[in-house]
Amino acid sequence: MTAEDWHLVWFSIRMAVLSTLLILAPGLALAWLLARRNWPGKALIETLVSLPIVLPPVVTGLVLLQLFGKNGPLGHWWYAHFKIVFTWKAVVLALGVMSFPFLVRSARVAFAEVNEGLEQMARTLGASEWRVFFTISLPLARRGVLAGILLAFARALGEFGATIMVAGNIIGQTTTMPVAIYQYVENGEDGHAWALAGVSLVIAFVALWFGERLQRRPN
Amino acid sequence: MSTPLLQASFRKRFNATTEIEVASLNIESPGVTVLFGPSGSGKTTILRCLAGLEVPDDGTIIFQGQTWFDHDAHRQMTPAQRRTGFVPQDYALFPHLTIAANIAYGLHGEFAAAIQARVTEIMGWLELTGMERRLPGTLSGGQQQRVALARALAFRPRLLLLDEPFSALDQPTRHRVRGELRATLKRFNCPVILVTHDRLEAAVLGDHVIVMEGGRILQQGTVEEVFNRPANLAAARVVGTDTVLPCEIGPVKDGLATLTVGTAQLIAMAPGEPRDAEPSYVCIRAEDVILVRPTEMRTSARNQLPAVIRSVAEEGMLVRIELDCGFPLKALLTRQACADLELKPGEQIMVMIKAPQIHLI
Repeated sequence: MTAEDWHLVWFSIRMAVLSTLLILAPGLALAWLLARRNWPGKALIETLVSLPIVLPPVVTGLVLLQLFGKNGPLGHWWYAHFKIVFTWKAVVLALGVMSFPFLVRSARVAFAEVNEGLEQMARTLGASEWRVFFTISLPLARRGVLAGILLAFARALGEFGATIMVAGNIIGQTTTMPVAIYQYVENGEDGHAWALAGVSLVIAFVALWFGERLQRRPN
Repeated sequence: MSTPLLQASFRKRFNATTEIEVASLNIESPGVTVLFGPSGSGKTTILRCLAGLEVPDDGTIIFQGQTWFDHDAHRQMTPAQRRTGFVPQDYALFPHLTIAANIAYGLHGEFAAAIQARVTEIMGWLELTGMERRLPGTLSGGQQQRVALARALAFRPRLLLLDEPFSALDQPTRHRVRGELRATLKRFNCPVILVTHDRLEAAVLGDHVIVMEGGRILQQGTVEEVFNRPANLAAARVVGTDTVLPCEIGPVKDGLATLTVGTAQLIAMAPGEPRDAEPSYVCIRAEDVILVRPTEMRTSARNQLPAVIRSVAEEGMLVRIELDCGFPLKALLTRQACADLELKPGEQIMVMIKAPQIHLI
């Protein structure tokens, strides 16, 4: 492991943490809406959000590239202010979109399992919907929510296909661990590739192990 | 004339076959109103509609002149705006909060010192002092019930709604807690609507009883009216055939008290605690009344009274018999027993009741 490799690891972790933090609020809000409310288009949104799980990641990346690229409908609009594609922002975007379904699905199950009678009880005691969410729903769903966060983080750390489509492989700017591993193998530098693979494995293992433990332990 | 406490008349689909129709549920005075009826008669749904947790399909709910629900005017106050203290069957204690935090939940927004004082005061009244930092899961059923009650009362509700408050408790606990609840409800001067399917609970706790069946109100009245003068056959079937009568408690000897009921005297287990001046009732389940043809027979039953049979009515496998033994008494026998004794209206018979089966309330 060279200093550059360690720099890569640190960059990848920062990107994964940032993307997980970014999807946290919208992810929990959507999970709660899916678990507790009926609204038109609910099934459609549910499917759209989960699509990145089964879609080839490069396809998700391609769609993001189209949307946020210079001539894309979203990219064009703010391209004058800042560039997204092929910058570290595109890395965060790709990781966020790819890990979003993991957070939402895990949190939705956790919210659905909270005894609705407790939320109703809080309402009769004068609590606002915000207070019900932060003092009853979220604390009681905390294990599932935390497990979802860890899962989303682990997924973000391993993302390859979508990242390389929207962020490319600019060393020191957009290259993440999985992309670097691919590059090392391409260049015949298997030793470096294995070292990074080992680091990925350890981080992913620890994240999943904690996630599983959180979900298994009874409240 | 003062404003009635609650005027409700609404409809709510309850399940595929039943629709609740509350036609003029009127509660004039504070005190404890019991919604009494068999399981599945829609009592819980009525409480939930009053608390604002369910929306009726039609009708209005007006509490102390304030419109809580009006279907035609599209008015629906939120549970928070109604300020009802709702205690559901399972108590719904917040499992992740301490007992003190549970009780303080409804006091959100008040000064910390005021909350602290209120929680301490309520916990003292309900004998929960010392449990502030414990979690609900570590408490016994009776303690959990008191915490649920404390949480609802701390909130200073305008109306307290109790759904089968004893259903989660075992028999001995139930008996003790029932007495405690009566004392607590008397102390807090808050109007109460209590749901139960237990006659004894209805009689012990209720000032006013509303008899329900199949989503409909059959009768409203005082405990004595409802249990002894059912308005119609359906109401009589629901309240059962129990005898509930006012009585005077006389001298106590060897743990047994002599009661005067009508012109007759009964021996019952003496009440455990000294009683206040409020009227006492004697409650005798019809199933516990034994009828005997007069013979030279020694018995362990403390109460033997000569009686005249007033009426004999068949009710399915059982026969319901109304007697006069110095007070009106109801008995429930099997058809076979009735045939063996050849019971007919107008005949003389002996009545036997064991002392522990006479409930003093």
